[in-house]
Amino acid sequence: MARVVVDPITRIEGHLRIEVQEENGRIENAWASSTQFRGIETILEGRDPRDAWAFTQRICGVCTVVHAIASCRAVEDALGIEVPAAGGLIRNLVHGMQTVQDHVIHFYHLHALDWVDVVSALSADPAATASLAASLSPWPNNSATHFAEVQDRVRRFVESGQLGIFTNGYWGHPAYRLPPEANLMAVAHYLEALDWQRDVIRVHTIFGGKNPHPNFLVGGMASAINLDDTGTINAESFSKVQGMIRRARRFVEEVYWPDLLAIASFYKEWAAIGGGVENYMSVGEYPDNGQWRDADSMYFPSGVIFDRNLAEVLPYDHQQVKEYVTSSWYEYEGGDVGLHPWEGETTPRYTGPEPPWTYLQDHDKYTWMKAPRYQERPMEVGPLSRMLVAYASGHTDVQEVVNEALGRLEVGPEALFSTLGRTAARGVETVLLARKLEDWFDSLIARVRAGDVQTFNGELWDPSTWPSSARGYGFLEAARGSLGHWVQIENGQIRHYQCVVPSTWNCSPRDTQGANGPYEASLMDNHPLVDPERPLEILRTIHSFDPCMACGVHVLDAEGKEVVQVRVR
Amino acid sequence: MYLPTTHPWTRDQTLGEHLESRGVTRREFMAFCGQMAAVLGLSEALTPQVVQALQEVRRPSVIWLQLQECTGCVESILRSADPSIGDLVLDLVSLDYQHTLMAAAGDAAESALHASMEENAGQYILLVTGSVPLEEDGIYLTIGGRTGLEIIEEAAADAAAVIAIGACAHFGSVQAARPNPTGAVGISEVVRDKPVLNIAGCPPIADVVTATIVHYLTFGRLPATDGEGRPLFAYGSRIHDQCPRRAHFDAGQYVQAFDDDGARQAWCLYQVGCKGPACFSPCPIIQWNDHTDWPIGAGHPCIGCTERFFWDTMTPFYERLPDVAGFGVERNADLIGAALAVGTTAGVAAHAVATGVSRARAKRGTELPVVPAQPAAGGAAKEDSNG
Repeated sequence: MARVVVDPITRIEGHLRIEVQEENGRIENAWASSTQFRGIETILEGRDPRDAWAFTQRICGVCTVVHAIASCRAVEDALGIEVPAAGGLIRNLVHGMQTVQDHVIHFYHLHALDWVDVVSALSADPAATASLAASLSPWPNNSATHFAEVQDRVRRFVESGQLGIFTNGYWGHPAYRLPPEANLMAVAHYLEALDWQRDVIRVHTIFGGKNPHPNFLVGGMASAINLDDTGTINAESFSKVQGMIRRARRFVEEVYWPDLLAIASFYKEWAAIGGGVENYMSVGEYPDNGQWRDADSMYFPSGVIFDRNLAEVLPYDHQQVKEYVTSSWYEYEGGDVGLHPWEGETTPRYTGPEPPWTYLQDHDKYTWMKAPRYQERPMEVGPLSRMLVAYASGHTDVQEVVNEALGRLEVGPEALFSTLGRTAARGVETVLLARKLEDWFDSLIARVRAGDVQTFNGELWDPSTWPSSARGYGFLEAARGSLGHWVQIENGQIRHYQCVVPSTWNCSPRDTQGANGPYEASLMDNHPLVDPERPLEILRTIHSFDPCMACGVHVLDAEGKEVVQVRVR
Repeated sequence: MYLPTTHPWTRDQTLGEHLESRGVTRREFMAFCGQMAAVLGLSEALTPQVVQALQEVRRPSVIWLQLQECTGCVESILRSADPSIGDLVLDLVSLDYQHTLMAAAGDAAESALHASMEENAGQYILLVTGSVPLEEDGIYLTIGGRTGLEIIEEAAADAAAVIAIGACAHFGSVQAARPNPTGAVGISEVVRDKPVLNIAGCPPIADVVTATIVHYLTFGRLPATDGEGRPLFAYGSRIHDQCPRRAHFDAGQYVQAFDDDGARQAWCLYQVGCKGPACFSPCPIIQWNDHTDWPIGAGHPCIGCTERFFWDTMTPFYERLPDVAGFGVERNADLIGAALAVGTTAGVAAHAVATGVSRARAKRGTELPVVPAQPAAGGAAKEDSNG
C-alpha cells in the first residue's frame, strides 16, 4: 500500500489537500482536507444586515456574486422585502452570466489540462486539426492558419525551456488519450477562452460597477434605469449587455460544448469512475419573477435524489440539513451532534499535528470543513445534481440536451453518475443558461418598454421599519451547487449568521457514522491511480467537482464572543 | 491575440527581440508603452524612456503566493482591461508559480516553486495575494503541510521586490475585520526587512498591477508610494475629487434613496453612504473591466475598499460620512477622519496613515528604496544588480 499526498491541489479556488491510500493501481481510501480557515461569519455579528452581502461576497472571488445574492435573499426574507421584477431579472442576468463564464473558465483553465496534453499538441498537423474542428463546429477561428500559429507559439515556448505555469505538468502521462490534433484544438481554445471570459463578464460591470465583486443591494439592484440619461442604465448599456449575451451563447455553442463532447469521447471509461455518494440535491434556481421562494417560478427545479433513483425526486426541506464536526477542527457545546444552521456553532479547535505535516489520515479530525448532511446522508451538489433533479423531474430542456450528449457519446443515463458525468453536466447547464440569458434579457426589455423600470424596493430600507427580531434564509444554486444563508436579526443588527456552502457539502469529511463526503467517496469509487508520483487521475476527479475551498470553510455563532480590538500599527 | 499566460521569452533575449519574434509590431509596442506611461501619469516626453527600457529589459522570474484569500485578486488580473495590455503584461514576466493556473499540483508544484527560488535568488519578484493568519501559530492556513507564515518568510527572504496585491495582502481585509478570529495581518506585518508595495483594493484594478510591474521594469525601482505603501500614481487622489458626479455634490443634488429620481439622473451618492470623500483610488479614472464602468457609475456608493480596515472604518456602508464640505476638501479630509474615528480606534490610525502620514512623506519625497530590475547586458538606464 502506498500513501499519496497531493497538497496543494492547484487549479482550484483555495487550499485543498488530498491524501489517499493506493493499492495495485486503485485508490482504497481517501481523505479531503481544507487547510484554510477565515471565520467570516463570526465577523458579521453585530453588523448592519444590509452590509452582509459585501462581507459574504468576499468569501469567494471566483463565485463572486453567489454569496452576495444569497445574503440579500436571506435578509429580504427575514424582513419581508420583495424585489421588483426588473431588479430580479437583472440579478438573473448577473448570476446567470456568472455561472456561464465560471463553467467555461473551469473547463478550459482549471480542468482541461487534466485531459489535454499541451506538449502533444506540438506533433499535431494544423490542417488535420482544422478539419477536425470544422467537423465539430462552424466557429470561424478554427482555421489551419490559426492552429499553426498557436502551435508555433507553443513550440517556441516549450523550446525556451521556461515553461512557466506549465512547469512540471504530468505531460506524457499514459492516462492522456487525445490525439495531437485534439490537443492542439483544445490549447487554441484555452487561449481564446481567456479573451472571451473577460468580455462577457462585463455584464457585471454594467449592473454592478466591477468584476470581481460587483455591488448588490438588499431590496433590488442599485443600477437605476433611465433611457434618457447618460449616467444610468440606458439603451447603450442594454445593447452592450445584449452583445455580451450573444457572444457568450455563441462561444458556448460553437466552442465549449463541441470541445467537451469531442474530448469526452476519448475518455468514456471515466463514465464508470468516480461516482461517489449516490445522493443528489438542488435547491432550485433562476426565478422568473424575482420571487425565489416561489418554487414554480424556478427554471431549474429543487429536489432530492437518493441512491441514484431517478424514478423518485423528493422535495427539498431545509429543516433536514444538519452539520457535523466529528472529523473537523471544531467543537460543539453539546458534543458530537448534528446542528441545523439556525443553531449552528463554530468554535475552532485545532487538534491536528504540528506543521509541517506528513499525514493527516492518522488523525480522527483532519479538516476545517464541516460535514453537512441531509436526513443524515452525504449529498453531492453542483451542476450534476441540478441536471439530475431536472432530468428526473421531466424538465424538457434538460432532457433534450442531456440526451443529445448521451447519444453522441453512445452511453446510457447511468454514465452520468461519474467523473465524466459531472464534467458533462456542467456543459449541459451552460448550454441551457446561455440560451436562457436571452429570455431574461428580452423580459427585462419588455418591462422597460412598458415603463416598468423599478429596480429597487425601498419600503423597508430604513431599520426603523424592521421588527425588533427577525430571521430568514436565502437559498441559491451557485455554479458549484446548493448554497444557503441563514440570518437572525435583532434590533437592527445581525445576531447570528450561517452559510452552508456547495464545497462544504462536496468536500465534507467523514461524519459520525463514518460515511465519507462526495470528494472522498468519488475517489474510492472504482478509481485508478497508475503512478502515485504523478497523481493525474486524482486531479481529474477532484477537478470534476470544481472545488471552491474558501467558500467551503465558514463559521458562525459569534454569540458571546469577545470583540477584539483591531490591530493597528 | 497574444499568448496571455505563456511566455516563450528566453533568458538570452531582450524584451524587444522577444516581442519582435512574437510578431508584435513596433507600432503596437509603442502604443502599449504610451498607454502604460499614461496610466503611470508620466509626461508624454518620457514615453521613449519607457520604450527603450522595456525593450532592453530581461524577463524577470515571478513567484505568486496565494495565502489566506478568496482568489478575487487573481480573477481581477485575468480580466485585465485591454486584452493586448493584459496579455503583454502577463507576457512581461516568467510566471513560475501560480496556484490557480499552474498545471502541476502537490510535490510537483512545490518543487517548481523551490527550483525558481533557488535559480533566481535575489532577483525574483514576489507577488502576494492573501493575508497571513498569526493566531494559533498560523494553523489557520497551511499549504503543502506548511503554515502560510513559514512560506511567506521563506519566499520573501530572497525576493528582489515584494508586491502585495489586494486588501488581504495589504491589511488582512475581511478576515481581519473585528474580531479578526484568525489574527490575519497584511504582508508588511510579517516582511519587515524590505519594502512591501501595496496595491490596495478589494480587489484592485488589474491595470494598476500591470502598470506597477511596467514601472519596475522601466525605471529599475518600484514607484513612489504613500505612507500605506500604495503607489502614488494610482492612489494619489481621492475618488471624490475625480468623480464624474462631483458636480452634483457641489450643487447639492443628492440621491436620497436608491432608485429615486436623483438616482435616475445619476446624482451624487453621498447621502446614501458613498465613501468616495474618504477613499484614495484610481477607480473613476481607470475604471473597471476594459473601461466599461465603475461602482459609482453603476449607481452604488463607494465602499472605500482601498483604505486600511475599511470593513470597520467604512461601515455601515449605507450611512453617510459626516461633514464633507463641497469646497476646501483638502482641509476637510482630517475632519472626515476624526468623525469616522468615533467609536473606532482603528479609524483614527487608519486615517492618519491614509492621509496625514502619506502627505508628509510625499512632501519629503520619500520613496521606497530603490530595487533594481534585472538589467540587460549593456542595457541602458539600469545599474547592475547583484540581488
